[in-house]
Formats: sequence, C-alpha cells, structure tokens
Amino acid sequence: MSENEKNVGLFVTCLVDLFRPSVAFAAVKLMEDAGCSICVPQRQTCCGQPAYNSGDNDDAKAMAQMVIEEFEHFDYVVAPSGSCAAMIRVHYPDLFADCPDWLKRAQALAAKTYELLTFLSDVLHVEKVEAALDRTATYHDSCSGLRELGIKQQPRKLLDSVDGLELIEAEQAERCCGFGGTFCLKFSEISSRITDDKCDDLLKTGANTVLGGDLGCLMNIAGRMTRRGETVEVRHIAEVLAGICDDVAPISQGKG
Amino acid sequence: MSSRDYILGRIRWSLGRGALERDDDLHLAQRVSNPKPNLIPKRGGGTHKQQISLFVKMAKEVNATVSRLKSLDGVPRAAAKYLKDNDLGTALRLAPHPDLEKMNWSALEVTFGPSAGDDLNSLVMAYGGVAETGSLALVSGQYGPTTLNFLPDNHIIVLKAEDLVGDYEAVYARLRRESNNADFMPRALNWVSGPSRTADIEQTLLLGAHGPRKLHILLVESDGQEG
Amino acid sequence: MELNAHNFKENARKALKDDDLQASLQKLGSGFPLKRLAAMDRLPEFEGLRDQARDIKDHTLRHLDHYLEQFESRVIETGGKVHWARDIKAGRKIVHEICEAVGAKTVTKGKSMIGEEMAINEYLEEKGLIPIETDLGEYIIQLRNEPPSHIIAPAIHLRKSHVEEAFRKTHTDLPKDRNLDAPEDLLVEARAILRKKFIAADVGITGANFMVAETGSTVIVTNEGNGDLTQTLPRVHIVLCSIEKVVPTLEDCTTLLRVLARSATGQEQSVYTTFSTGARGETDPDGPDEFHVVILDNGRSRMLGHETHDMLRCIRCSACINHCPVYQSVGGHAYGSIYPGPMGSVLTPALYGLEKSCDLPNASTMCGKCEEVCPVRIPIPKMLRSWRKKQWEDGPVPMVERLGLNWWTWWVLRPKLYHRVAGWKMRVLALLGRKNGHFKSFGINKGWTKDRDFPAPEGKTFQQLWSEKGGRRL
Repeated sequence: MSENEKNVGLFVTCLVDLFRPSVAFAAVKLMEDAGCSICVPQRQTCCGQPAYNSGDNDDAKAMAQMVIEEFEHFDYVVAPSGSCAAMIRVHYPDLFADCPDWLKRAQALAAKTYELLTFLSDVLHVEKVEAALDRTATYHDSCSGLRELGIKQQPRKLLDSVDGLELIEAEQAERCCGFGGTFCLKFSEISSRITDDKCDDLLKTGANTVLGGDLGCLMNIAGRMTRRGETVEVRHIAEVLAGICDDVAPISQGKG
Repeated sequence: MSSRDYILGRIRWSLGRGALERDDDLHLAQRVSNPKPNLIPKRGGGTHKQQISLFVKMAKEVNATVSRLKSLDGVPRAAAKYLKDNDLGTALRLAPHPDLEKMNWSALEVTFGPSAGDDLNSLVMAYGGVAETGSLALVSGQYGPTTLNFLPDNHIIVLKAEDLVGDYEAVYARLRRESNNADFMPRALNWVSGPSRTADIEQTLLLGAHGPRKLHILLVESDGQEG
Repeated sequence: MELNAHNFKENARKALKDDDLQASLQKLGSGFPLKRLAAMDRLPEFEGLRDQARDIKDHTLRHLDHYLEQFESRVIETGGKVHWARDIKAGRKIVHEICEAVGAKTVTKGKSMIGEEMAINEYLEEKGLIPIETDLGEYIIQLRNEPPSHIIAPAIHLRKSHVEEAFRKTHTDLPKDRNLDAPEDLLVEARAILRKKFIAADVGITGANFMVAETGSTVIVTNEGNGDLTQTLPRVHIVLCSIEKVVPTLEDCTTLLRVLARSATGQEQSVYTTFSTGARGETDPDGPDEFHVVILDNGRSRMLGHETHDMLRCIRCSACINHCPVYQSVGGHAYGSIYPGPMGSVLTPALYGLEKSCDLPNASTMCGKCEEVCPVRIPIPKMLRSWRKKQWEDGPVPMVERLGLNWWTWWVLRPKLYHRVAGWKMRVLALLGRKNGHFKSFGINKGWTKDRDFPAPEGKTFQQLWSEKGGRRL
C-alpha cells in the first residue's frame, strides 16, 4: 500500500460473502480505482443486526466487539450494505451506551464506517465511473440506508455517470420492500404482500433492471420477481458501477 | 391514597425526583405567566393588504365564500343578498352584538339570541381572523352565543378587516391585552376554517356534516384601510 | 374493546384476504400520505415547527407534575372541576357518578381515544344510560358494534355498502324504499338522526387533543362540528383526557396544532379547533352549566423516565399509521387494539402488558417511515426494539425463533469454523441451484419460499475467493 492510498477495511457482510461475492469484488474494484488499498479481515461474519433487532443485545454486543476489534485500526471501514453500515455507524454506540470503554471504541469505529456508495461519492468524491450499460434501470432505496444514513442522491449521481444507462424513478422508491430481516420469516404473508406492492411499483416504471444497495432487499425483490415469472434483472448497484454485469447472472436468475 | 396523589407521586418517582424545588417552580411559572411565541410561519406576515388577500384565498380554499364590503352598514344588504342568491329564505338569527343591533335589518326577518336548533341561518361577529389559514376566531359570551356557530345550516360571519391579523398568536396576545385579569379566555373560543365536513364514508370528502353546511364571510374593509 | 392483540397473526391473515378492506386500505395509502406531503410543501417552516413541537413536549414531560397542577388550578379558578383517575376503573366510576348526579339518561360523545380506552360506552350502557357516538365514523362502528380501526378515521375499513346496511338496520323509522346510493345520502340521514340526539342529550363527553396549563383550557379538533355540539348543548360537559396531553401555554398549543392537522390529513387546520375554559358564566347565553375534566393515568406515569418515555410525546395525529407498510397491508383491526400501527405497537404493550401484545412490536420491518413522518419525532423503531429486548429477556419468545437466532449466533462468533463450513455449503447450493439461479423450496425456509424463490449463491464465498486471489489480509 502506497503512502497516498487510503487503508480501507472491507466489511463484506454475511449475505454478500455467502451469496454474492461479485458485489464485494465490484466494491473492491471501485475503491481501488479511486485510490484505496483494500484489506479484508478474515475474522468477520455478522454485524449483529439480526440479534439486535430481535432484542438479543448480549449476543449483538459480542458480535459488535468482534467487529470493533477487527476493524478499528483502519482509516476507513466500508460495507456494500446500508443496513450493516448503519448497524455499525448508528447502533454500535447505542449498544455500548453503558460501557464507557467500549463506547469510545464503538464511536471511533462508527465515525469512520461508511456504506459503499456514500464512501465513493462523499469521501472519495468519485464523480464518474467507467462503466457502460445499455439498459433502463430503477433504484430501490433500502430503508436503513435511506433513513439512517441519508443515502439518496449518491447512487443516483453515480448511476448518472454510467454511459447508456437510463434511470427511471419509481413512484414509491422509498417504500419498504417487505424484507425487514427476520420479519419476512416471522410474518411471511404480510411480507409477501409488501414485496408484491414493491414489485408492482418497480415494474410500473418499465425499466428492465432493478438496482439497490442492500443485498437482503435485492434477494427479496428478485425472489419474488422470478416467482412471478418477471424477467426484469435485479442487481446490486456495485455490479453496474464496476461494469461486471456480463460476468454474473442477475440475482435469482440462472446464467441463461 | 387518592388518584391525584398516586399519579403525581408516580410521575415524580418515574422522573427520579421529588416535587420540584421552589426555584424551578417559579421559573416554570414564569414561562406560563409570560408566554412567548414559538416559531411563527412567515406566511401570515406582510402588509395588511397582503394579509387580507391571503385570508380570502385560504378561506376560499376551505370552501368558505367571501364577500368584501366597504363598511359595516353594508352588512344587512350583503346578508340579504347571500340568502336570496342561495335560496335560503329571509329568516336570520343574529348574535346580540352591539354592532349588529345597531344595523338596519328591515329587509330580513331577524331575531337575536342563541339557537335552539330551528334556525336555518345565523349571522355572528368574529372576534378576529387569521390570514395564515383563513380561520376565524369566535368567542362565546353575551355577544356571541356558541349555538349560532353550530346549529344553523348556514353560517354568516362578519369580520372587520382591522381584526384580521397574520397568525393565531396575535389573537391570543389581543385576548390577553383586552382582558382585565388572568381569566381572559372565553368559555369557548371557536376557531372556524370553512364549513363542516367529513371523509368518514369511503374517504370521500363531503361538506356539511353536523355543523354548518355553508360558511359565508362578510369581510368589512373600512375605507382608507391600506397596508 | 377487548384486547385481541395476541391474535395478530391470524387477524392479519384474514385481513390480507378481505377484498373490501384491501380496497379501503389502498385508498388510505394513496390519500393521507400525499396530502401530508402537499401540506409540508406549502409550509417552509414545517421542519422547524416539528423540532419545536418535540421540544415543547419534552420540556412538559420533564415537568409533568408541575404543569398538571397548574392546569388543575386554572380549571378550578375558571369554574370547572378536575377529577384524577389512576386507572380505567377509577375513570369509569367518575364519569358515571357525574352523569348520575344530574340524572342523565342520554350521553352524546365526541370522538375520544381515552373514552375507547376506558370502554366507557359499554360501562355507561351497563349502568342504564344511552351513550351515542356523534363522530360519523364512530357512530357507524357503534351501530355495527365493532371497534375503531384507525385513531382518527375509525370507520376507514368500511365500504359505503357497510354503512348503508347499518343505517337501514338501525334507522327503522325511516321509509324502507329511501335512496341511500350516494355517500351524500348517508350523510344527510346521519345529520338528521344525530341532530335530534345532540339536542336531547343530558351530558356531552368529549376527548381533548390538548390541555393548556396556562388557562385551564381543553382543546378539541374536529371537522364535523359534532364535538362542539356535544359539548355546548347538554347541561354537563365531561372532558376525558390523559396526563401527557398537557402543554404549558396557548403559544405552545398553537405550535403543536400547526403540525397536527398537516401531519394527519394534510389540512392546514381542522375545520373546528375549540378551546373550552370552565363552565357557562353569568353572561353566557348558552353552554354547559358544568365543566368536568377527567385526567387518566392508566400506566402512562410508568412510561415516564423509562424506555417508552418518548411515546408520551404522541399527539395522536396518525401519520405513522397512515405511512406504515404493515398497517397499509392489514388495517387496524388486525392489531387487536384500539391503538394500531406503529404508535399502537409501542403503546399497547405499555398500557396492557407485553405478554398480551408481544406480536405487535415484532410486526414491523423497522423501515423507519413512522419516525420520518412523526410530527414530534418519536423514535418509534427504537422503542419497538426495546420491547423486543424485554421480550427476549423475559419471554415469551417462540422456541423456534430463539433456537434459530442462537444457532446463527453460535456460528458467527466462530469465524474460522463458519468460513470453513460456509465455503463448501455455498458451493453445494450453487451447484444445486445453477440451472435457474434459485430454489423454489428450501427446507425449513417455508416462510420465504411460499411466495418467493430463494436465490442460489454464486459458489465459493468471498472470503474463500479473496484468499485464493491472495488479497490483502490483516
């Protein structure tokens, strides 16, 4: 790593690690192109969100401590997911509100943790990506990213710089997709209804591609779309920005 | 233990303290005895002429109708015209307000006093009006029976332009100023913004629920009242 | 209303299949939220007002005892009476005693959530009185003998045909062949019927959106005018309110009023906003002879200073309810509580106990839209989470959920083992799913695969691939 390069720790996120490594590779490429040196600690699994949202603070703390220990030495920590980044940035300090030592460390980590698109746009000031994609796309604003981290303009600005890509706004881009972590398992019928509404809204745009920044939401939407027999392609925005769409099938679809 | 003691005790226990210290009590009493306005939207500001314009616009938006008169003398004629234009007969129940009692009501069949429920039309004097939302302030009392504001089907309110202000805070300030004591609130202060309505049936907006079906405002701008 | 929150899942299931309800909910989802946005657009100071509204409430709650005592003194000074009620039982008794003291037979009611909480109608009926709801929505559901499904639009779940049916069944004096096709026809009929009741009532009961400490005034906000007729015509006016509704001054009340109607229905102001202070004076030509304020606690004092403290800022606008994707899917009755949606999911466990209502704080995707639209910036998701924490610690949590999460925790706290197993597991899944890129069924994951395909993993995990690439490690 050269002196000018930013030392970035990649928080892969469990879903990206297990289900769609391409997203992480795309994230790495985008950040390297912008002058970062990426390190991927091995001792990482989960940010603790499922435990935290289920009220299991003890286990969430244990997971958070692992993340803090592993990542606190980097200049920046970046996650290709709004909800995981929000967990670290917004909720880790809450988790340790009663433990002054860990609170300090949590706050320090929170201050340098970013969701990928925010990092590219607001920290690295990336204005343009090299990618080209001759498709129409619509963007789903994942709830955590939108409401906890204020991610709205960043993905749109970056997509605007992709040659050939036409972005069409969905009427209800900000409405929840129905995933909600364990919600989709605990209240599956309600979740399906909300997911259906989201799919209807996205399809109404006529776009042939659905993009977003959170793999949980995207797997949910893609899974419902393919079950409905829709052909729209669902991808993580990083794949488009890094120009790797030809290398990996859309979510929930075969290589075809 | 009385409910009162229980509740107040419980509140204090939950807040982690006993009763407030005398200094705190006095400080809080100050906040109430010297009430200060919070953020007031700019919208109701501007010249008086602008306020009048805004009032008329906002009142019409909530389905009130507005006639602009040059002087109070014109009220009976305007009221008669309104009733005639809307086929509402010639009977009118009036608030026993000195301004109204002075007027020439020969063109209509008027009576004064509260309503018992048989009146089709009523006419009252507004205490004030607020440009911000096109709302009227009606105060209860010997000059303003509350029943006139809610029982009759058709409600006419006379508002003098000099009583029209930008925001609600100005009306409260005036109520405090004009009263001799701490009990400056009337038994009922009715803020009225348009005729009654409901959307309780399939979210369809319908005018004329339980209160008046129609609200007509006679805005009296005396000559020379420029911003 | 009998709490039915423990049946949430079953209620929700039924609600999803109810076409009439779904049609009504569709209208709700595209109605109030858009109107609120339009109102916000027109008022550049809206965000600043929200901040002030929150601050006023916070200040008041920190000094709630002081302001309640202030309010009480002023009510008494202006000729009214204050009654404190620690719980529902006490509240009901007070109301009944006031009615009995004047030999009341019929009681008209403006809309009051505290009245619903007290189930005051039921109680008064037991005691031989006739309570009549006058808010059109409340009247309709009273006829149908069902609870409200929304805190400001109680009959929002009904179609016109339901209303017609209820009217024909109840208003039997009217000609059977009368036309009730249009909503207008129904309204005209309700107006005529209720007008008689307004005038005949002995006691009028209203709620209060706010209580003003400075003046001892109670405030109601209506569009129909029914609240005003309820409180002006009878000899006795009883206000039902709760401890957290007090605000210091008229100016403070005005700030809250500025955000209330806009957040609720998108109106600049409700048609009628009425400040009532004391009973009829010597020079008053009309108005009630007696003015009673019943202040209910019912568990709210316990919320102060604890995890759900911020919920006491709520001004009952319903913005959170109108914007919630879960409420928009299942409606209010599914929650089995008079307080549905996001605010209800925080308040119901606080008032009725977590054990009887533990599904409610879980029935949320935590999307945060509620917090986004709340005029007093209540952090609803944070409080839902605090209920979930209590539930995790004290129970009840379904065994399969506890086991499932513990299983996940076990793995993720052992990264070396996790990555080794995940490595081959994902490869196997990828192979199995490579044709379509997804699975139509996935073992125990029935909740997901009933309506969705489960996307297949790409193959090796990222950690594996990064190692193979020789990517930089710590």
